Amino acid sequence: MTDPVFSESGAPQPVHGGESITFGENSALRLDCGIELAQFTLAYQTYGELNAEKSNVVLVCHALTGDQYVAGTHPVTGKSGWWNLMVGPGLPLDTNRYFVICVNVLGGCMGSTGPKETDPATGKPWGPSFPFVTVADMVRAQVMVLDHLGIDQLFCVIGGSMGGMQVLEWAVSHPERVFSAVPIAAAARHSAQNIAFHEVGRQAIMADPEWREGNYLLHGTHPHAGLAVARMAAHITYLSEAALRRKFGRKLQDRDTLSFGFDADFQVESYLRHQGSTFVDRFDANSYLYITRAMDYFDLAAEHDGNLASAFRNTPVRYCVISFTSDWLFPTPESREIVHALTAEAANVSFVEVKTDKGHDAFLLDEPEFFKTLVGFLNGAANRRGLKGP
Amino acid sequence: MSDFQPAGDGSGLRVDLLAIADLIEPSSRVLDIGCGDGELLHFLSGSKDVDGRGVELSQAGVNACVSRGLSVVQGDADADLANYPEQAFDYVVLSQTLQATRNPRQVLLELVRIGRRAIVTFPNFGNWRIRWRLMAGGRMPMMGNPGEYWYETPNIHPCTIRDFVVLCRDLGLSIEHQRVLDGAGKAQTVRIGGSWANLFGGQGLFMLRRP
Repeated sequence: MTDPVFSESGAPQPVHGGESITFGENSALRLDCGIELAQFTLAYQTYGELNAEKSNVVLVCHALTGDQYVAGTHPVTGKSGWWNLMVGPGLPLDTNRYFVICVNVLGGCMGSTGPKETDPATGKPWGPSFPFVTVADMVRAQVMVLDHLGIDQLFCVIGGSMGGMQVLEWAVSHPERVFSAVPIAAAARHSAQNIAFHEVGRQAIMADPEWREGNYLLHGTHPHAGLAVARMAAHITYLSEAALRRKFGRKLQDRDTLSFGFDADFQVESYLRHQGSTFVDRFDANSYLYITRAMDYFDLAAEHDGNLASAFRNTPVRYCVISFTSDWLFPTPESREIVHALTAEAANVSFVEVKTDKGHDAFLLDEPEFFKTLVGFLNGAANRRGLKGP
Repeated sequence: MSDFQPAGDGSGLRVDLLAIADLIEPSSRVLDIGCGDGELLHFLSGSKDVDGRGVELSQAGVNACVSRGLSVVQGDADADLANYPEQAFDYVVLSQTLQATRNPRQVLLELVRIGRRAIVTFPNFGNWRIRWRLMAGGRMPMMGNPGEYWYETPNIHPCTIRDFVVLCRDLGLSIEHQRVLDGAGKAQTVRIGGSWANLFGGQGLFMLRRP
């Protein structure tokens, strides 16, 4: 979730060049909160070619602040997609072999219906009247996209962090439509600590006077300060103490002595400020509130009488669970809990903990051991599925 | 854990693993505990169409297994077997690992709970060479990796073939099959159960089940 993309402009811009589907009255989506979303749009991107049997589809689920532009050039920021190390010709998700789809989540702000889009009932931005969405709702929306594209079964569903939550939700609620599932740096429920961090971020946004009770688009204001603080706080959780020490230590920023002021004396401060200020250029504050809430509400076991193992009963899905040693946001014990539940059902599961000091963000970065095991798992699954090599 | 050789039959499989593979019916479900780099599972899935799973303590081993397309999780025999459901596998394999577990007794019970059959191999500490080294040299013999002293070896619970047979009897486990292998894992002709096996056997290979 480290922001590899930067833009010089102000507010989020309209998205061009992507695919999107708008669902009408006759295909309303009933959300977990009880509200029916009657008209909504889902924006998505595809990479590679769909084979004749439609058996080579890989659904990538993006994280909290990610979007559907996993590879290539991002149309808003002009920078590379967030998983450009993973998706492309010859890469682990080899687009010469697989047809990769990524859908901007419901509630997002990169073309799919979310709080910054217009409520057809009022003609005004949804803002704080946007219905609450859950991870399960995001998956329901993705199911509608795949139905629309005539795709019955996914060869693989893969994603990190909140993307991993969607992977689990997919595999549990539609096991017959998922051949293999790869939840990375994820958990079957959002922990108290993570809810706490999210709450800090939300309070920072809501404390910004520009937020205007969520109606900032109507007032022409933008809670950039609050959103930037939320991003800065969250960003710390994506790294690790070791990575911060290695990258910044106590090094000073553009100076030789302390300023005895509140300037960004330290490089780490300057870095975080940069992360905050570039993030507000591409992300909507209300979307941040809604999507963090969706993650907080995620609890896979709760949907199955509090028993995680029963969520996986008789699952035919091949799982590969991956965690990172220095990830303290979604630490390895969270992944191990998923693995234990899967083994309790004698499910087909692999589990790898990758040694790295790069923290939660390791899933976005070049980690040779991570890529190697993932490629091995995908090749094994592809052979079972009868997919031809690239 | 030492002196292992390839089978020399073209399979490239370690001979002691080949002896295990011989006992496994085609198209069965197998859980290999302490599966290392997945040599046995890889062989079984390729040549016997086995639906295999593995548990391995070392991260390098797990990663190697997953990289070659095997379904393996990181875990250890002492802590993680309790998660598996009853009789979920046709065979549970524990090769050259029992002596390194904290609670071998409990591990054996878990093996026969999870699998319809348990296949166990272990180095025989009753072998005459070990007896001789201890008697003549007065020092602990190296029965783990070569050059590994008593304070380094992971083999915290070594046993003899006779010890193992007695434990199986005490736990009420049925021994369905038993073989003595030499140090390299090749079958020996000595009849097990007798003192000769315990004296000359390099390894014990047992197939167990609940009565």
